[in-house]
Amino acid sequence: MNRLYGPLDDVAGDAGHVEHPPRVGFFTDTSVCIGCKACEVACKEWNAVPEDGLDLLGMSFDNTGMLGADSWRHVAFVEQARVTGRQDPGFAGLPTGPSGIPETAGAVEARLEAAPRGGSELGTEPLPPGRPEPQALGMPGFDRPGDLTGAEGRTDFRWLMASDVCKHCTHAGCLDVCPTGALFRTEFGTVVVQQDICNGCGYCVSGCPYGVIDRRQHDGRANKCTLCYDRIGDGLEPACAKACPTDSIQFGELDELRERADRRLAQLHDLGVGEARLYGRDPDDGVGGDGAFFLLLDEPEVYGLPPDPHVPTRDAPAMWKRAGQAAAAFLLAGVAAFVAGGRR
Amino acid sequence: MGVRTWLGSIGASTPLGAWPVYRQLTGADPLGRGAAAQSPKHVGLRPRTASADRVAGSVCPFCAVGCAQKVYVRDEEVVQIEGDPDSPISRGRLCPKGSASLQLVTGPQRLDKVRYRAPYATEWTELDLHEAMEMIADRVVAARERGWQERDAQGRRLNRTVGLAALGGATLDNEENYLLKKLFTAMGAIQIENQARI
Amino acid sequence: MGSNMAEAHPVGFQWVMEAKARGARVIHIDPRFTRTSAVADTYVPIRAGSDIAFLGGVIRYVLDNDLDFREYVAAYTNASFLVREDFADTEDLDGLFSGYDPDTGTYDRDSWFYEGTEPPRDDDGDRAKTFSEPFQAGASGAGIDRAAEAERDPTLQHPRCVFQVLKRHFARYTPEMVERVCGTPQEEFLEVCRAWTAHSNRDRTTALVYSVGWTQHSVGAQYIRAGAILQLLLGNIGRPGGGVFALRGHASIQGSTDIPTLFNLLPGYLAMPNVSHTDLDAWIADQRTGGHKGYGYDVDAYMVSLLKEYFGDAATPENDFGFGWLPRIDGDHGTYRTVMDMIDGKVSGYFVLGQNPAVGSAHGKLQRLGMANLDWLVVRDLNEIETATFWRDSPEIETGEIVPERCRTEVFLMPAASHVEKEGTFTQTQRMLQWRTKAVEPTGDRRSELWFAYHLGRLVRERLAGSTQERDEPILKLAWDYVTEGEGVWVEPSADDVLRRINGHDLTTGDLLPSYLGLKADGSTSCGCWIYSGVYADGVNQAARRKPHTEQGPYDAEWGWTWPMNRRVLYNRASADPEGRPWSERKKLVWWDADEGAWTGHDIPDFPRTTPPGHRPPDDATGPAALSGDDPFVMQPDGKAWLFAPHGLLDGPLPTHYEPHESPVRNPLYRQQGNPTRKVYGRPDNPSNPAPPEHGSEVFPYVLTAARLTEHHTAGGMSRQLPYLSELQPALFVEVSPELARERGLAHLGDAHVVTSRAAVQARVVVTDRLAPLRVDDRVVHQVWLPYHFGHTGLVSGDVVNDLFGVVQDSNVFIQESKVATCDVRPGPRPRGPALRALLDEVRAAAGITVETGTRIATSHGVPHTEEGS
Repeated sequence: MNRLYGPLDDVAGDAGHVEHPPRVGFFTDTSVCIGCKACEVACKEWNAVPEDGLDLLGMSFDNTGMLGADSWRHVAFVEQARVTGRQDPGFAGLPTGPSGIPETAGAVEARLEAAPRGGSELGTEPLPPGRPEPQALGMPGFDRPGDLTGAEGRTDFRWLMASDVCKHCTHAGCLDVCPTGALFRTEFGTVVVQQDICNGCGYCVSGCPYGVIDRRQHDGRANKCTLCYDRIGDGLEPACAKACPTDSIQFGELDELRERADRRLAQLHDLGVGEARLYGRDPDDGVGGDGAFFLLLDEPEVYGLPPDPHVPTRDAPAMWKRAGQAAAAFLLAGVAAFVAGGRR
Repeated sequence: MGVRTWLGSIGASTPLGAWPVYRQLTGADPLGRGAAAQSPKHVGLRPRTASADRVAGSVCPFCAVGCAQKVYVRDEEVVQIEGDPDSPISRGRLCPKGSASLQLVTGPQRLDKVRYRAPYATEWTELDLHEAMEMIADRVVAARERGWQERDAQGRRLNRTVGLAALGGATLDNEENYLLKKLFTAMGAIQIENQARI
Repeated sequence: MGSNMAEAHPVGFQWVMEAKARGARVIHIDPRFTRTSAVADTYVPIRAGSDIAFLGGVIRYVLDNDLDFREYVAAYTNASFLVREDFADTEDLDGLFSGYDPDTGTYDRDSWFYEGTEPPRDDDGDRAKTFSEPFQAGASGAGIDRAAEAERDPTLQHPRCVFQVLKRHFARYTPEMVERVCGTPQEEFLEVCRAWTAHSNRDRTTALVYSVGWTQHSVGAQYIRAGAILQLLLGNIGRPGGGVFALRGHASIQGSTDIPTLFNLLPGYLAMPNVSHTDLDAWIADQRTGGHKGYGYDVDAYMVSLLKEYFGDAATPENDFGFGWLPRIDGDHGTYRTVMDMIDGKVSGYFVLGQNPAVGSAHGKLQRLGMANLDWLVVRDLNEIETATFWRDSPEIETGEIVPERCRTEVFLMPAASHVEKEGTFTQTQRMLQWRTKAVEPTGDRRSELWFAYHLGRLVRERLAGSTQERDEPILKLAWDYVTEGEGVWVEPSADDVLRRINGHDLTTGDLLPSYLGLKADGSTSCGCWIYSGVYADGVNQAARRKPHTEQGPYDAEWGWTWPMNRRVLYNRASADPEGRPWSERKKLVWWDADEGAWTGHDIPDFPRTTPPGHRPPDDATGPAALSGDDPFVMQPDGKAWLFAPHGLLDGPLPTHYEPHESPVRNPLYRQQGNPTRKVYGRPDNPSNPAPPEHGSEVFPYVLTAARLTEHHTAGGMSRQLPYLSELQPALFVEVSPELARERGLAHLGDAHVVTSRAAVQARVVVTDRLAPLRVDDRVVHQVWLPYHFGHTGLVSGDVVNDLFGVVQDSNVFIQESKVATCDVRPGPRPRGPALRALLDEVRAAAGITVETGTRIATSHGVPHTEEGS
């Protein structure tokens, strides 16, 4: 029996759904993402997700920061001093100095370190309240413009964009540790939080290997992408996939999406984009494969994704038992307890 | 996958919501993570678009691509705006601004009462809409008169006023621009401009 | 080029991505690496304001290597026409064409004309410049006299034929020169040349996309001309997959140009009468002067039908159809001139309808000071915007330049109905009208502009009722009897009825017209906008059609309605060869069907339906009947596309690289620095940063450019108020390269201020590799970029970036140069209050700026163009 880890052919059936529809999910092809963030807005409009803070993060064009209770879609922007396949970034031959990426990343990192919650408030609260004055990249120049720049200090460049979302794991850590039954596996094989049941215990937050699920500040309840459970039940696409202008986010039956992704990967490899790879596609990975998987153009860490996610329930049933005890404790207390701390 | 393909894959005549949900409390879902855990509220959940009283065909009000929108109305309130997949221009897709149309139309930022600032005032005051229209008409007639130019220095006919000007139109309907231009032209007002110049 | 399509038009960009997936190559040429560049195959950096040099370089590459589509060029363009002997090129006059008058800053354009024909009329460039004549008449130029009879050399060898003139004009636009001017490395430039030419032939076409990155320049119209010349040389016009695409930025900005709220136009691009038009015949003669060929000839029918719609039964042949009631223009009444007139106390009242000039127009301070000197201002919008609150929270309050207690402007802020609360049509960027149905009734005081215009007209007519004054006659005679809905006085006018009247009626039968082909000059038809005639053909609102694209062919003719006559590709006659056969099977669009005796194809042919390819018209033919079977450019007086524009443009028959009004460098191509006809407003409240050869330009060493972000909309009135958009781009920032950051001591996420002679704007610093310095001539040039969406109201706020720009315009169309200027960037927050004024005084003094700075538009002559009394 492999219900808690490894490949699982019939994830909905395993969760008690008989005569269920095929498993559905997202294939996000980041190689065609234009970073417009339509997915973030369409998701919020449909699901009435609250606004998530008005802070300029300095992380390229990303001012959302990370997935959370109030951001169920998150578009990451990565500026890199390398090139994609045969793409010509156009900077060769210009009088450039060294790349500014190390310094800008350093400035962002310094802010994150100074933040009380280590960055988990990204995009939600101003970061940090008393931030140290940013340091300039070098000494102010008194020279003529251009004198400080050497020739062709940087030539390679690319700008990656990727829309992240809950992975709707085959073995979902959040679901496995939920003591109240608020999280459940739908007939589509997706994982949904039921707000009418969630008591805000927060176990799911630490149960998620991707750092996706999060509790909302005002009521403490867990929130994340539902893969638009209400929409797909009526034959509609999830809001994000429907809006996506370039079809970077594709919704459909998981089996078909995997085939499509394999074809796209082969096509990119043929075009010389050797660094293209699929992430979350493999049913043998630590979470039994993701319902929402990705085509990436670099290592997952580059996009803020864990390289080798493991469902925290790999060593269950101990965790399950503990979750059960916690649930009992909640019932005895008769109140909802709120676990202090952030998402991580 | 487009909506149509998706519908086709599950049988267009039977919405998925009609599928039976089996709450197998024993046997099929022993861990209580699926069917057995589903709350009544989540059984047969339908999208709010399904209960709309009507759907209006519209067009996104932001840029000039002209993406088609479907506006869902229930109880005389707009409950959802999303792309119309039938459009050969947009195929149902919307950018972040277009996707925020619902907030644009229904958000608390919308003005709903006339605001009036008297000369030298430091605050807004309220003003009845029809009274405002009467006041504006008075001012238009006066400004037109004040800025009237019958002939130029060489005696050529000008037949116009420079007392009033207008700016705007790129966000308005053709029919609206038509009436505005027609009215202003008949009044002899010539300084009528819009974003197309900018 | 000049477009950041993925960011500004994301949903339209799906077609680019789809083409790319099918193997098309995407090249993005732009001052900075954007989200468009990120998914393009090739990004090519360019200095803002140097696109004509780049395009001129490609034109030269095409001509030098004989890579033009010769059959197309010879048959469909004016390449073979001979130019007059007394024409002198920029090659001869170091950057000027023949006919320049330094005192007026305009050209006498007679010498630009074709050999063997007379110039159209007393061709007064000075007068034309005052009311933006090219925008009235189009580049086809009213007034070509018997152009079809001009002498030609079909072999294209005659030294004075257009083809050779073109070759000579662009001879110095070498790859080396492109690199010197644009900062684009030669290899990058040549790669573009190779790709463009390799994919332009019988089987292949290349599409060119531009936006306001091209138009908002002091030589903007010529940017478009350069792109058009290149696409014509390569046979990419009128063919599927080809074209020059202007991506416009507002839901109906195309509509507001077609049915203009513009001072020099009437609906359908008919010229607003000027003082010389004493009667209708004079106006008609002026529009036609000698232009005997093409659809432009029928302006009499278009104008009379418009007057019949305006004045109904009151418009009769006896009273010239009421032509005399129209106001006359005699000068510049554009929006920037009007704002200066406000400052000068010449304007009493101002309507601002769905626009936010306090943020969105160049030189925001000028806008706000103008509004502060009115009797009254009416702002109609969805939300409270900066334009409505200038008296309370504009930056001038802090500096003491506007004092609320001393500002007399009376302000009416009226809530507008949203796009779902009214019905009507928008015209999108490819000329398609799409009807919106009303979803809900507007609540509270929210009303449509239709309601507003209708009732304002009603109330004004009430006030003037019984007047015997001549000037009030047109108002009282106005056909203002639209169908209305609702009870009582405050009814809602019917947009459907307005659209029907725009389409037009046969007044003898009362039937709706099927198209503009049926318009008459005898008063028997009415039509509000001739190019829109047909939108209500067959009594059906064609713009409301929504047949799914999955159920119809590749050109989706039954979705919406595209003017003219539902054609999707203009000039599509050019998709077939002179004999009427498609240039290739792969690129077929319309063709001559000999059996049917008619043009047919996938799109609606843009040509007289039954005029065969070999047709030669009789000498006395006029209008459409005068078109030859191989004259695809049916609006041109000679039926040909103009590589060389003998008439219609004020700043030259050919595009020429001029430096922007404000530039850190000397023009490497010519002695003439900037556009010698650009429209400057030399006034103390509109200072310019110096540009070489003027002294002081080193005070503003960097190139400044501004544009949009995906997450916001124009001046922010529809986005900065929305939480879901504001959170995505919550603050004003300035993008700088790492090199500039080091040079100026700027820290990522720190504060900086950008300084020009007009303003200092504070922004957070974003250091990014996406901007890179360029080597221009012998120096390194840095470019800085800011998004211009921010203002002082809304959920997120910031300084107004447009405050940095001054007002200087293209002389043809009066569009301001707000895509390029010069600036300084300094670390730290900007000074506030009086200290800000002191800073600006200081930089102006350091740069030696006077009212004459930048106004000596002819480099060699030194005549300043300042306003009288200033």
